Amino acid sequence: MTKRDQDKTTTLANAIRELVHDGDRVAMGLCLESLIPFAAGHELIRQNKKDLSLIGPISDILFDELIGAGCVKAVISAWVGNVGAGMGYNFRGAIEKGIPQPLLLQEHSNFTITLALKAAALGVTFLPTKTGAGGDIIKNQEAFRSVTCPFTSEQLTAVKAVVPDVTILHVQRADTFGNAHMWGNLGVTVEAAYAADRVILTCEEIVDREIIAADPNRTLVPGILVDAVVHEPLGAHPSPVQGFWKRDDEYFLRYHEHSRSRDGFLAWLKEWVTDLPSREAYRTKLGEQMVNDLRITEKRLPIDEVNYGST
Amino acid sequence: MIAAAAREIRDGEVVFVGMRLPLVAFAVAKELHAPTTIGIFENGVIRDRRPLSPIVTMGDPPNIAAAIACSGLIDVMALLQRGRIDLGFIGGAEIDRYGNLNTNWTPELRLPGSGGAADIASFARRTVIIMTHEPRRFRDRVQYLTSAGHGTGKGWRQSVGLSGGGPSKVVTSLGIFSFDNSGEMILASLHPGTTKEGVQAATGWPLRSAPTVTETQPPTVDELTLIRQFDTLG
Repeated sequence: MTKRDQDKTTTLANAIRELVHDGDRVAMGLCLESLIPFAAGHELIRQNKKDLSLIGPISDILFDELIGAGCVKAVISAWVGNVGAGMGYNFRGAIEKGIPQPLLLQEHSNFTITLALKAAALGVTFLPTKTGAGGDIIKNQEAFRSVTCPFTSEQLTAVKAVVPDVTILHVQRADTFGNAHMWGNLGVTVEAAYAADRVILTCEEIVDREIIAADPNRTLVPGILVDAVVHEPLGAHPSPVQGFWKRDDEYFLRYHEHSRSRDGFLAWLKEWVTDLPSREAYRTKLGEQMVNDLRITEKRLPIDEVNYGST
Repeated sequence: MIAAAAREIRDGEVVFVGMRLPLVAFAVAKELHAPTTIGIFENGVIRDRRPLSPIVTMGDPPNIAAAIACSGLIDVMALLQRGRIDLGFIGGAEIDRYGNLNTNWTPELRLPGSGGAADIASFARRTVIIMTHEPRRFRDRVQYLTSAGHGTGKGWRQSVGLSGGGPSKVVTSLGIFSFDNSGEMILASLHPGTTKEGVQAATGWPLRSAPTVTETQPPTVDELTLIRQFDTLG
């Protein structure tokens, strides 16, 4: 089903309300440590979405927040924690003690979660690999099976496709149709966009179609995949956005301290998520000084523009 | 530990750089003794210079600025699976005598998980493991096998179909370890101020030693200066 060429811009609240349903499989945090869609994650919490299955290789603290807020039934992931500090306390608490609710876990490595999404993106049921042989991750039989190569008779591991109901991405810029320019490292962003039934974009800038068409190699997510486009500057804070925002390292460390206890986490959640009605309120709470400190002002363009000329 | 890890990087190698300590080890090696080494980061970054300024994660903007390529996980994992990575750094919560690592589960604790460690352990031509040396971490057998070392000993990797060479060194807070022909970890070098007895007390199996156990060279002034500059977490 091709998504029609139309204006898809909307508010974050509307996009999450209309496109994410209780029980959905939601892929997010797909770039590893950068471009993590925290604004969208916080809106999932504010709208009290339930029984989500989160999909992503390394989530930094976004998965931990959603788990602690009680939105999550299952995680399909290679690593859940706080990259700078190590542990994700809500993740640990949910698995070890069922607080705030029990959590199902489908273990992956970074490569196998990538192959699971790539298989879905290709419309096939699995992809083979040699990774993890002899280890305990691939003994998880729901996601992995041993297969014999029909050509060479080698033993391989089949990684089962994972199809997200929704993939949520934060990108640098998009047009109103959802043609999205992204740059920097990409993680599994592109695979997850192609794999999903629905895609929500938040972006630093909404730009004219001509800006997108001036550099089509930069369009890593085409609008035919996209359902909603939300203009949400700083929507990935505290994670970095190449060319726009630095990583807010202190924020991750403060979260680490606050989330050690259940009470500390709940106070943090109230302060930074549920007491703030919108991302605009969040930006105001961060303060002008902080926002300016995080802003990247350097222009690193020592080359001629790429020439796509044809005549 | 960081200086010793950095010295494992040989000039000209393609190195898969993991989270945290290896980010610093790569910057130190790049600057001091391995100027033409290439760093591959699992988020998709390939770079031939050290990061422009200190970083906490591989996704920090100074690690992407002036990179030579930014791709995705599937591309850098393809390099791994094709056997194009010379050296990978990994760590874990538990290690055993054959260099197998656990970063997933113990009966009491849920840990963050593999990330890319199982993949690096599967395919890098050799791996170097960095660990804090404590009895609860150095166990006779890991309780969950996240990242394969030499399995149950010589020949195991080939028998299960792993193409990479497995661990060649373990750098800990107490010493440096290599592996003998049977695939078992042996003491190769003691950090200044530590003893064989002290290392044995922190190790959960009868530890064997190399024919000659050396003393680890302390960090040079240049190494210390760079480590202090790049190790933002202290």
